[in-house]
Amino acid sequence: MTESKQHDLRFERRLAKRNRAEKRFRLFGKLAISLGLVFLGVLFLTIVKTGIDAFTQTRIALEVDIASHHFDAKDPSHPESLAAANYQGIIKSSLRKAFPDVKSRTEKKELYRLVSNGAAFDLRKAVGENPSLIGQRLMLWAIASDEVDLVVKGKVARTAPVEERRLSDRQMQWLMALESTGMVERRFNNTFFKGGDSREPELAGIAAAALGSLFSVLVCLALAFPIGVMSALYLEEFAPKNIWTEFIEVNINNLAAVPSIVFGLLGLAVFLNFFELPRSAPLVGGMVLALMTLPTIIIAGRASVKAVPPSVREAALALGASPLQTVFHHVLPLAMPGVLTGTIIGTARALGETAPLLMIGMVAFVVDLPKGILDPATALPVQVFLWADSPERAFTERTAAAILVLLAFTCLMNLAAVLLRKKYETRW
Amino acid sequence: MSTVAVENTSDANLIANSGALAGAQVSLLKMQTKDLKVYYGDTAALHGVNLEILPNRVTALIGPSGCGKSTYIRCLNRMNDIIDTCRVEGSVLLDDEDIYGPDQDVVRLRTRIGMVFQKPNPFPKSIYDNVAYGPSIHGMASSKDELDDIVRESLTRAGLWDEVSDRLDASGTSLSGGQQQRLCIARAIAVKPEVILMDEPCSALDPIATARIEDLIFELKAQYTIVIVTHSMQQARRLSDKTAYFHLGKLIEHGDTERVFEDPQHESTRDYVMGRIG
Repeated sequence: MTESKQHDLRFERRLAKRNRAEKRFRLFGKLAISLGLVFLGVLFLTIVKTGIDAFTQTRIALEVDIASHHFDAKDPSHPESLAAANYQGIIKSSLRKAFPDVKSRTEKKELYRLVSNGAAFDLRKAVGENPSLIGQRLMLWAIASDEVDLVVKGKVARTAPVEERRLSDRQMQWLMALESTGMVERRFNNTFFKGGDSREPELAGIAAAALGSLFSVLVCLALAFPIGVMSALYLEEFAPKNIWTEFIEVNINNLAAVPSIVFGLLGLAVFLNFFELPRSAPLVGGMVLALMTLPTIIIAGRASVKAVPPSVREAALALGASPLQTVFHHVLPLAMPGVLTGTIIGTARALGETAPLLMIGMVAFVVDLPKGILDPATALPVQVFLWADSPERAFTERTAAAILVLLAFTCLMNLAAVLLRKKYETRW
Repeated sequence: MSTVAVENTSDANLIANSGALAGAQVSLLKMQTKDLKVYYGDTAALHGVNLEILPNRVTALIGPSGCGKSTYIRCLNRMNDIIDTCRVEGSVLLDDEDIYGPDQDVVRLRTRIGMVFQKPNPFPKSIYDNVAYGPSIHGMASSKDELDDIVRESLTRAGLWDEVSDRLDASGTSLSGGQQQRLCIARAIAVKPEVILMDEPCSALDPIATARIEDLIFELKAQYTIVIVTHSMQQARRLSDKTAYFHLGKLIEHGDTERVFEDPQHESTRDYVMGRIG
């Protein structure tokens, strides 16, 4: 009787201990997830806080007089006449008109520096599209210079010393005068999304980098996905198990861990020097990224093919399906979720890689938007790297905004892949 | 001398007796194994099995676990080929042709010999697609209507049509165990094989589902040659015409079912059918 009571006590004590351990483990799990979410939240909030202002751009309203004397007398709408007209002069004269008591040369120079050089380009583009504007007066929302932009957005204190503010007291007075009459506004920053890179922060855009990234990733996927999936299928289903296939497997596993810059060197040596493909082209960038992504896709593909139960294969073979039919009609659809997971991981990495792209020259300062995979381009992470390096203060918020765009890109791609994976999973 | 395989023994007797084909030797066997040996690596799983499979008969393979009956039946449609370590020696004849011959097409062989497995394994596709898969890859139907006919016919013969006709696009895996196995049988007969191999088809099913499948096997006998592995002696007695008893990789005894169960010649057979071992 006493023995069984002791046994019960021992059992109860152990049971309590086990239950406590269970609860502890679950608590740690919850804490870990919460901690992860907190870090993620902090990271995200920091980037958003820094970058959100880059989505707006300060503009100054100017009344411009597109006087006909700037254009060719005989044929004002001739493209040459439109291109060669002194738009800078038009803007300068409208600034002088807004502030008539600015007389000295130094003062005038300071006045002109309130507005960006890009304002003249905007004007030229507007007149070029619509030559009937010649001889008219209209309101142009000119892009403000980056110093004005920073002050208006409050990134630089208005009371800061001149060296920091980079606007003289006179310029501040003019600015405040313009603000009081409602001539200064913050508008959506189209330039950021449509323009290419620029030395002037207020004119810098990510369109060239975004397109370059898009083209590179598309080329990467077009190469890595089919080759990776086919390789995984062949190695897992058809290849004989001998010393050579073991050797290949070990090497593929190692390649997945090779530093990405090595792939860049390979791309430089083989694709650029040997095959003489165009430098800085998304085609070459995509090929290098594909080399990098292949091991990931093959490893994930092999694992998911191996996980398909043999009963499905046997059922298909017993019906008289050839090995190829068995693999493509039955094994591959069931292995797809795993393959797509590997693809998501691989391409997300490819989208964010900078080092290999630097080696093949996609670090170029690209102003024009690439139209195809052979045009010189840069990539979003490279653009972030270049801007982060820039001394101009206004680039800080643009760098953060570019990071946001990059993250949005990644999220969209992952979403597409997850939806695809769901589609295949329900068939199970 | 030509050999002709016939559909049933009465026809064979007619021809043999009437001497219509002078000098012709009529084969009464659908399949035959001669000195069949199977090795997994260095271990021998089957030691020289000589067995005849008669057409339009149910041949049952019985014996205790691990006696080699599954290994044997998988040799008949060369399913052991997919196991790397497996080595087959001897000959397996289908209509007097060695299926392990050098220029035998395994894919074509498996359209003539179908298989139903122990655990029902329908494809994770719709019921229609499950049955239609075989005919469509072999080009047995030239139009959608023909394919529909084949599917309906196969499901009807498998005794499943009434239960699933209104939900042919439901997933095959959404059916109950017994229905899934009947679906697998429908899938196998859709390619119009000559022989159907069944590896313990009812062992994963309840008695009622088992009874339905046994009735089905009885009906199928008229058109197909059936070889069934079973660990249930009652099932063997109920269903089969011929029985073969295996033990430790050897074929101990075979013959008419009645005779094997009523009057076993070997001690080992006697022990097994009397229930003393197994």
